Amino acid sequence: MNLKIYLGMLHQAEQTLAESFRQVAEGHGAEPDVHFLCRTLAGQCDRHGELLHPVLQRYGESREDNEPERLHAEGLSTTREGPVGLLRDLQDLYLLASLVDITWTMVKQAGSALRDKELLEVVAKCDAETAIQLRWLQTRMKQAAPQALVAAR
Amino acid sequence: MVDRIANIWGSRTPYARDGLWPVRVDQVLDDGVAEADVDRWVQSACVLCSNGCACDIAVKDGAMVGIRGRAQDLVNHGRLGPKGLFASRQGVSNKDRLISPLVRDNGQLVECDWDTAMRRIVDRSRSLLAERGPLSHGFYTSGQLFLEEYYALAVVGKGGIGTPHMDGNTRLCTATAAAAMKESFGADGQPGSYTDVDSCDALFLYGHNMAETQTVLWSRVLDRIAGPDRPKIVCVDPRDTEVARHADVHLAIRPGTNLALMHALVREILARGWEDTGYIRDHTRGLDDLRKAVEPWTAEAAAATCGVPAADIREAARIFGTSDRIVSTVLQGFYQSSQATAASCQVNNLHLLRGMLGRPGCGVLQMNGQPTAQNNRECGADGDLPGFRNWENPDHIKELARLWDVDPMTIPDWAPPTHAMQIFRYAEQGSINFLWISATNPAVSMPQLPRIRDILTKPDLFLVVQDLYLTETAQYADVVLPAAAWGEKTGTFTNVNRVVHLSDKAVDPPGEARSDLDIFLDYSRRMEFTTLAGAPLLDWTGPEDAFEAWKNCSRGRPCDYTGITYDRLRGGSGIPWPCNEDHPDGTDRLYGDGVFPTDPDYCESYGHDLLTGATVGAQAFRAQGPGGRAQFKTAPFHPPHEEPDEDHPLRYTTGRTAYHFHTRTKTGRSRPLTNAAPRAWVELAREDADRFGISEGDLVRVTSRRGRIEVPARVSGIAPGTVFAPFHYGYWETGGSPGPHPTAANELTLTEWDPVSKQPMFKNAAVAVEKIGDATGPAPAPTTTASRPAMAPGATPVPATTGGDAAQATETPGAEPAPRFPDAINAREGSQR
Repeated sequence: MNLKIYLGMLHQAEQTLAESFRQVAEGHGAEPDVHFLCRTLAGQCDRHGELLHPVLQRYGESREDNEPERLHAEGLSTTREGPVGLLRDLQDLYLLASLVDITWTMVKQAGSALRDKELLEVVAKCDAETAIQLRWLQTRMKQAAPQALVAAR
Repeated sequence: MVDRIANIWGSRTPYARDGLWPVRVDQVLDDGVAEADVDRWVQSACVLCSNGCACDIAVKDGAMVGIRGRAQDLVNHGRLGPKGLFASRQGVSNKDRLISPLVRDNGQLVECDWDTAMRRIVDRSRSLLAERGPLSHGFYTSGQLFLEEYYALAVVGKGGIGTPHMDGNTRLCTATAAAAMKESFGADGQPGSYTDVDSCDALFLYGHNMAETQTVLWSRVLDRIAGPDRPKIVCVDPRDTEVARHADVHLAIRPGTNLALMHALVREILARGWEDTGYIRDHTRGLDDLRKAVEPWTAEAAAATCGVPAADIREAARIFGTSDRIVSTVLQGFYQSSQATAASCQVNNLHLLRGMLGRPGCGVLQMNGQPTAQNNRECGADGDLPGFRNWENPDHIKELARLWDVDPMTIPDWAPPTHAMQIFRYAEQGSINFLWISATNPAVSMPQLPRIRDILTKPDLFLVVQDLYLTETAQYADVVLPAAAWGEKTGTFTNVNRVVHLSDKAVDPPGEARSDLDIFLDYSRRMEFTTLAGAPLLDWTGPEDAFEAWKNCSRGRPCDYTGITYDRLRGGSGIPWPCNEDHPDGTDRLYGDGVFPTDPDYCESYGHDLLTGATVGAQAFRAQGPGGRAQFKTAPFHPPHEEPDEDHPLRYTTGRTAYHFHTRTKTGRSRPLTNAAPRAWVELAREDADRFGISEGDLVRVTSRRGRIEVPARVSGIAPGTVFAPFHYGYWETGGSPGPHPTAANELTLTEWDPVSKQPMFKNAAVAVEKIGDATGPAPAPTTTASRPAMAPGATPVPATTGGDAAQATETPGAEPAPRFPDAINAREGSQR
């Protein structure tokens, strides 16, 4: 069953997102809301990984499938500086969280077809939080963009 | 005569449930002035806390010589607190007042005329707007101006310049009250009324030291307590406050754990089946999510997190679950702490669960800290839009544009209005270069002062400060504008329970000082802001024009003022809004019909996720179904981000004392008040004092990761592990800067804010305490308040705080019956004016 490919992708994507949230938290300590919330949200991603664990045990997890990575989403290696740097870092987080979000959606589709109640419960809990992560990133970026793109020197 | 420093709340006038709070008229006249000498009494209301006590100012020979409470007013039934009695006029009639504008020349502030000062402001403003646009401009105002002044500022900023960077120090005091009501009920607007105190049989005070922050409201509670059927009192506060001393249950929880406690209370109500299922079914949505969120929070779980016995949590829940009529009040212990909005929403949730809203004795009072904070929220000189309009609703923006006759694109609606902490961050980063601060003192009141001082002194920041005195903030300004004070100008303002009062001009301002309204109007004129039709944007000639314009803006909104006139406000009681054709005498309490302003076309906000502050958005909000229902909203508990560790083993919290207001610009100039609380102190529990070898009065150094203060220690009844410092004590008497022994509580606080209300967190930080000097006497902290000493056996007693001759007031029991809503609204005294 190919579900294990998607479970592997999902596990990897949550880990990448968690690390990137931490990276941004540390890189933007002068923005206290970004700093503290990114740490909280990194913790959410860690928990998603834990909740996935029993599912991975049952279906397996493949990180080497027949479809090699063409689009690389390896997470943030380092953070940027200044108002535009913050905006771009948040935008990178948004892309990574979107990947997590759509992957949960595909896993949910499979779970529905499998009538796997346990899997669907995990999806419901985690994907709701991912959706809020995306909304927060969008809220914060919309707030930052005018000042960064128009007024900052 | 009563010493109102020794006896903060005055003499008791007990009354029973559902009775009227008896009248007691408090009065002070200057030495040597008799009642017969007074030329005239001028109607006003007090601006030294959010209570809004109506008063009359005694005027003799063109000077303010006394004050008395207004017997016929619904708010205070004649009473005044120590700050109103001893600092209202004393705080403004002072030789230190600014009497001329100042401009900075060669590094020094020098006196100049208004034309020079305003020209300097307008030149910089124009050139920045031309070069960098409206986002280069920020305005940081107050909770202490008048309605008319906020509305003028809002129109100038949002309709003239078009900047989203407008906020007030209301962000520090009352932002969470507004946010919690928007989330739960769909719009700002206090559900309850002070009259609910008369009828309740249980009173819950959440992080609200009412005895010191609203002394007259606490007198009302004390009179119920002294009556035949006292309400049960539950107090949530880490300090041994006067409220705690009267409480049936005192939950002295660890700072930063409010939400865990609230989850347990909600869970207990649901687990015991104490909720009102009919009310929930008909008037709310979201119960399932609430139930899920509180499920892990048993009384035992909360007890472990909060550091209080589980049995006390259960008892508090039992009182809430089984009392017939309940009032809850909430203030800074919740608003300035972790997860402020989520914790305050849980108070709303408890009332919704039990259907305890909109009936006598059943009310929520999400309090304000300042006298006119409510008006800043209504008028939109802060991070709100005028008339509780919704910045995410394009129709609301168009309404404003029509009202002002400006291009809708001028009004910044692309993102939430910028909150104060972010305005200062943009100034720090150099993208805001023009900052106009009115009637507030961020150099003492904002968190993490070393950073705030760095921002205010940045060479690329053009700083305008408009105030009564040369405050710590004003000394950094490029232009200082002398403002007229309370009693020297006319305008209206609105208190915590929506009661609108008029404050008439009693005397002329000193020197060249001008009303804040005149200053904003002058700026607008000089900037040549115009409407689409080419008329001046603000063509008002005085406060009454502004009030009439505001009424138009408020029409049809929750804060509808259209039935109020200056004339109606003279001679009787203040009037609670909404006051319009449907409610000609105003409205004592909201939501009696269980219909809430959550209609998507009408609401002030579509709401937020309470953990992150992510906006819900129009589409998702509409998908929740038709409006009219209140919403159960909450978030998972998250421990505070800074917790005690080896280097900083104690929890630090800040607050106020009964004898001072804010940064003491007024109260610090009143002799009775200053004698009662002359200098800064810090409070420690006996256990902690013993552990660190500290005795009463010893000089201690309190250190956080951000700074230090060095002040005498008071060993008090505060919860062990917690340290308290009053935030009033800046540096204006001692040269304006910290010096060798810094005293401002905010040297230590951290820069962090609630994700929804954006209110800074003044009530949680980790600190270390060490003794650096022996006591030369007891700490300069009052003994009449929460700072009362906890004496070691055999120690020399600390002398009691008294006021002596300078603190005598008369208290006259009312001859007439107490005012009652709505009769009091239309009753007029005979020859008042």
